[in-house]
Amino acid sequence: MKLDVNGRQYDVDVPADMPLLWVLRDVVGLTGTKFGCGMMQCGACTVHVDGAAMRSCMTPASALAGKKITTIEGLSADASHAVQRAWVETDVVQCGYCQSGQVMAAAALLAQKPMPTDADIDAAMNGNLCRCGTYQRIRAAVHRAAELLVADNDAEAGHVA
Amino acid sequence: MLREHFHEKANSTSRRGFLKSTMLVSGGLVVAFCLPAGVRRAFAQETKFAVIPPNAFVQIAPDNSVTILLKHSEMGQGVWTSLPMVLAEELDCDWSRVRAEHAPAAPAYAHTAFGMQMTGGSTSTWESFDQLRQAGAMARVLLIQAAAAKWNKPATDCRSENGFVVCGEQKISYGELADAAARLPTPGDVKLKDAKDFRLIGKPTRRLDSAAKVSGKAEFGIDVKRPDMLVAVVARAPVFGATLKSFDAAKAKAVPGVVDVVQVPSGVAVLAKHFWAAKQGREALVLDWNPGPGAALSTETLRTDYRKLAQTAGAVAKTAGDVDAALKGAKVIEAEYEVPFLAHAPMEPLNCTVEIGKDGCDIYTGTQFQTMDQKTAAAILGLKPQQVRIHTTFLGGGFGRRATPTSDFVAEAVQVAKASGKTVKVVWTREDDIHGGYYRPMWVSRLRASLGKDGKPSCWAHTIVGQSIIEGTPFAPMMLKDGVDATSVEGAADAPYLGGIAAHRVDLHSPQSPIPVLWWRSVGHSHTGFVVESFVDELAHAAKKDPLEYRRALLPADSRERRALDLAAAKFGWGKPLPKGHAAGLAVHASFGSYVAQIAEVSVDAKSKAIKVHRVVCAIDCGPVVNPLTVEAQMQSGIVYGLSAALHSEITFKDGKVQQNNFNDYPVLRLNEMPNVEVHIVPTTDKMGGVGEPGVPPIAPAVANAVFAASGQRLRQLPLRIA
Repeated sequence: MKLDVNGRQYDVDVPADMPLLWVLRDVVGLTGTKFGCGMMQCGACTVHVDGAAMRSCMTPASALAGKKITTIEGLSADASHAVQRAWVETDVVQCGYCQSGQVMAAAALLAQKPMPTDADIDAAMNGNLCRCGTYQRIRAAVHRAAELLVADNDAEAGHVA
Repeated sequence: MLREHFHEKANSTSRRGFLKSTMLVSGGLVVAFCLPAGVRRAFAQETKFAVIPPNAFVQIAPDNSVTILLKHSEMGQGVWTSLPMVLAEELDCDWSRVRAEHAPAAPAYAHTAFGMQMTGGSTSTWESFDQLRQAGAMARVLLIQAAAAKWNKPATDCRSENGFVVCGEQKISYGELADAAARLPTPGDVKLKDAKDFRLIGKPTRRLDSAAKVSGKAEFGIDVKRPDMLVAVVARAPVFGATLKSFDAAKAKAVPGVVDVVQVPSGVAVLAKHFWAAKQGREALVLDWNPGPGAALSTETLRTDYRKLAQTAGAVAKTAGDVDAALKGAKVIEAEYEVPFLAHAPMEPLNCTVEIGKDGCDIYTGTQFQTMDQKTAAAILGLKPQQVRIHTTFLGGGFGRRATPTSDFVAEAVQVAKASGKTVKVVWTREDDIHGGYYRPMWVSRLRASLGKDGKPSCWAHTIVGQSIIEGTPFAPMMLKDGVDATSVEGAADAPYLGGIAAHRVDLHSPQSPIPVLWWRSVGHSHTGFVVESFVDELAHAAKKDPLEYRRALLPADSRERRALDLAAAKFGWGKPLPKGHAAGLAVHASFGSYVAQIAEVSVDAKSKAIKVHRVVCAIDCGPVVNPLTVEAQMQSGIVYGLSAALHSEITFKDGKVQQNNFNDYPVLRLNEMPNVEVHIVPTTDKMGGVGEPGVPPIAPAVANAVFAASGQRLRQLPLRIA
């Protein structure tokens, strides 16, 4: 089957029921997307499909033909996405295992709601577990990322003008 | 040049135990300083299997980059940043050029208190603080000497400055000096900085591992890929202690992608080209188990047995005065508390990659117990420990689960590799993790107290019932004495209130069961903190006193507990009106050398009976602080971990089987439940303690006490459930 991951085309020979998560990790070789529960309970496996957050652990890769899949590796080449910069600035990470999923969930949220409230953040990020307890800094970092995105957009607009 | 009187023990921090060495690596000459005796010995012995590069803690490359080797495992607690800060402080290098790496497994990296390479007990920073400072200071002295020699100036005219040695107008970088410095004789005593001159230690410093961890580039054990590697999942016993009678692998082998099926001591491993095939293969196995006595286990039975035991006196952990006489005829306040078995459930499921070669074995895993793992693997394979090379990756959470005296998940992977003859990564599913044992033990506590006329306790009797973690492990000689596992009673036998109570006794029953138990973040304190701080609250209520004032009256005025409590109370505004329906509860508990007070503000929904924690004010006295950002993060982290246990998680048994499976029925705290946590650090130069665990114990009692204040319900069982 053919998959579009981070703008690259992959032709993979895998069982039709194989979840995208394992195709990414064990076949394509992109290990940034994490396995945490295998039943859409923890969000560690969050990727974007056509820009929206999706749990890759229970979605068969075969269902995603023709769709654009973005993983943490494709969010930016150099950790320069506003969410990633906000995460570093806010010193969010601890063990870091869940953070690929957290960052992807936050990026998808901000793409939809550029200025989310705490309630928006709670609703959108509730499915992303963190056992280290980085939640408070995640909330702060999402708000910070929103500011950075505005600044990025202003800068871009200025540049175009 | 080499000194002959090195301390023989690897845990020596003697300044004499250092020497220098150089090493040629690809990309240039990397100079390494400060080689402890253990490394030299290990290196000398290991001619063929040099598991360690000839350096211990720091390498300076010609490009001025400074690599600091960590003997401790980064599992979220922040050693990747705080330990380099300690060394870099004395080295006086450019912090922006500092990077960290996990050290290999070698005697030089043994814990200075435990004598083995390990990460646990909230010890990493204090145990290596002097060692790393000396390593940094010695390197700095050598660099200055090298510059002085180059300029033909006395070393006393030269000084270090942020990665350079400076003398008048002259300036030269550490990278340029490293080679010459490494050839100089080792200095004897080196002078360490005065704390007032610290420019890194004590300064809020962002983590060095953030960029890798927000971009998916950080390598965890589960991400390891080796040539020709297969992925395996293991079918383990359905109840603890069950033995395999027979199995049929025909259908498993027919699953596309499955390569091999092998029996190992823990069960049957299915090896495949990828995880998905291995998991499908495991589901297709036909297994016949002999369940054994473990099949009779149930939480209900254990509860009955434990509560019965609690009515009898156990092995005495601490006693003073005549408790029985004091209780006789007195008005006794009595209560029973219970906490369940708990899984650690780190976000990264357990895993271990094993590659057996002609000359030894390479193990890639996130572990807290390198020395144990190395020894265990060597024994399985008939190798010398130094032939087992442990490559420590980032740990996707540890919380104690990756520190098993049996090296369970490492040993199993070695067995799979040995039985199959393949390079293999064994991956656990979340269900395997939840079912897999090594739980925080279930505990029952029975407390009795009587109060004097002043309302203060005049008698205190505490009987604890629960499985010993230490029994049967190599730690037993050190931590199990006269039938008392020190980790079972920590926080209870040394409760700060006991000193002021004329008659007191803490005793212990340690029933056995087939359920494997293990230290779970804060170990014994995870139950004693809840029990002691809840019961003191009960006594305050019985004495009709304010919970804060009651504790203040019981705690010595100069105690660090009281200092933390006072700071928390002041920052919280204890006694001031709260929003309608809200109530506050507090707790203070010392563990791992630190003193933490927490005040929780909660509300209880009358209809749903849900407990909502709105705000937590936390004060910690951990002695001198290396990185305030880390202390804050670890307090938040401990509170979240403790809240999961206080509000949600439990492992229960029925017919020998664990009744929980995954995060759907083993719930943990989610982001929408995160209270606003404020962390305040007591400024002090008192003895340094740990921060990884001490944030956990006070939160459950603080919340339980707040729930009592809000609802009048005294909840004595975790997770807390409103009747």
